[in-house]
Amino acid sequence: MKPTAHPHRIALATRLLGCCLAAALSWSASAASIAPGSAAPGFQLHSSTSTDLSLSDLKGQVVLINFWASWCGPCRQEMPVLEQLYKKYKPAGFTLLGVNVEPKSADAMGFLKSTPVSFPILFDPDSKVSQLYAVPGMPSTVILDRTGKVRYVHQGYKPGDESEYQDQIRSLVRE
Amino acid sequence: MAALFALAAVGRAAVLPDDRADFLWHDWQGGGVTVDGPSILVRKSVNDSLSFAANYYVDMISSASVDVLSTASPYKETRRQGSISADYLHGNTTYSLGFIQSNEPDYKSNTGFFSVSQSMFGDLTTISFGFTRGWDKVGEDSYQNGHYADGGRMTTWIGDADHRNWQASISQILTRNLLMSLNVETDESDGYLQSPYRSARYINPEGLVQTENQVTPNTRTGNAGSLQLKYYLPWHAALDGNYRIYHDTWGILAHTLGAGYTQPISTSWTLNGTVRYYTQRAATFYGDLFPFEDSQNFISRDRELAQYHDLTLGMGASWQFHPSWPRWIEKGTLNLSYDRMRISYNDFHNYTVGGGTVGVPLYGYDANVTQFFISLWY
Amino acid sequence: MPGNPHRRLSAAAAVALAATLLSACSIKPWVKPYEREHLADPIMSFDRNPVSDVYLDHVFEVREGARGATGSVGGGCGCN
Repeated sequence: MKPTAHPHRIALATRLLGCCLAAALSWSASAASIAPGSAAPGFQLHSSTSTDLSLSDLKGQVVLINFWASWCGPCRQEMPVLEQLYKKYKPAGFTLLGVNVEPKSADAMGFLKSTPVSFPILFDPDSKVSQLYAVPGMPSTVILDRTGKVRYVHQGYKPGDESEYQDQIRSLVRE
Repeated sequence: MAALFALAAVGRAAVLPDDRADFLWHDWQGGGVTVDGPSILVRKSVNDSLSFAANYYVDMISSASVDVLSTASPYKETRRQGSISADYLHGNTTYSLGFIQSNEPDYKSNTGFFSVSQSMFGDLTTISFGFTRGWDKVGEDSYQNGHYADGGRMTTWIGDADHRNWQASISQILTRNLLMSLNVETDESDGYLQSPYRSARYINPEGLVQTENQVTPNTRTGNAGSLQLKYYLPWHAALDGNYRIYHDTWGILAHTLGAGYTQPISTSWTLNGTVRYYTQRAATFYGDLFPFEDSQNFISRDRELAQYHDLTLGMGASWQFHPSWPRWIEKGTLNLSYDRMRISYNDFHNYTVGGGTVGVPLYGYDANVTQFFISLWY
Repeated sequence: MPGNPHRRLSAAAAVALAATLLSACSIKPWVKPYEREHLADPIMSFDRNPVSDVYLDHVFEVREGARGATGSVGGGCGCN
């Protein structure tokens, strides 16, 4: 802010504050992330079963990618919910990938031991895939259709969100 | 002088505070005064947007302090304080509203507060604004010279004190390992702002110490600004530093500098240490010993207004547990902390009324502050 | 706000602070949500033990001339 004559400084600051507050409020309400309708960026990551898994292998299935970390409370809360969704819709051609974003996987492995899941867990220690998908918050969920296109993006988790996931998975599985 | 309610005004606006209950027992020993009692806080959210909290706090005071002029029975008093508050979360904004009531035989206080907190820039920044309004009723207890008057314990109500307080703060994530918090606060008080129990001292023509009534201004405006930093150390520890400056219309200028270190030593145990240094310049109308009676318009010998500094060293230990019963308790901690405070007055001597002024030492004392508390999350 | 220079100064400081921070509206978060591991640790919280912090603030406020800017909200007590 260039220095101006004193009587105008407060007025300028207040105008700037007003316009930027409005912009920031609207900006923070809709955080930028991967756009629905675009092709999902491909990637290949180590999985917990120590084989590599690449996204292109899953074309033809409805894929839910969940970005999580053991230090994030809502992420931990969401895991059993995701496990239920996986079990229910797997026979219909649905798969779920839990992408762990932690640089060191020791805490994640510890959590999985106490809360085991049957869907694949992938490790993204360098945040390459997190950056590719412009992860807007922890946790984040991206749902892809059978052609590999991004259809739905969710930021955060609150108990009850799973009914929305269920509706969206069901509609995609029917396509 | 005010007591506080456990509602943090600085914090992340994007989530409601954790549901928790805290049971604290506090104990102060120093300057011939013992103050102890409980502080209980219970917080519960009713849905994703609304959270309520209630606090009950007690100070049980037993005093044989330097203000009590004889060695008769100590002065005992109990102060009880209750408060309730509500937090409402809408998007990235949290609105808070609360009320505090404090009661003791010679002082009644009602305070209302409101604040708004907004999280922005992907939760990197949180800005808060708050307003507090207080209405106090000040009285004088009939305890004099070590005992109560023939009619028993009585309070004479002397005056009112009104307080208006504005706060603004910014909490900012600077890097993956560094947090910063900036706070400013303005406090305006008017009414009866002095202590009815203290009296000033002057030298009479014979060179002996005599007492006279205090006269303090009936308005006081103070401004405070503080900066706090928290840094994550790579071996899983945290370092924090803080600085606060305060200045008011009574002429007091004060600096506070503090640092702390927190070190988890296992998955359940965490230790911490703190150091805090405080220094203040005296109020313009403060005097330890006035040269003659009625020497100024405003006269006070309240040692809280003196030139003074204190150093506090503290340490604490916390043990985290996961109870298997009841199942709705997620986790709990047991905490113990001890602070040692060394208080030194530069211009307050332990004069006795009717005595001389030669060889009277500057006043100062050490105090022990102990806290034991259990916290439960559910 | 009428009269009080202290209050005007504090208000101006608060507004200028907020305006400076908000003046570059196009700032993208430079610490990504998946990089918040250390910041999410309870030892990095400003209010890990609110009841204890508020009590210590009260201990100091009763005996010192200064008050405020600690992040807690005030009530009233005689403490004389």
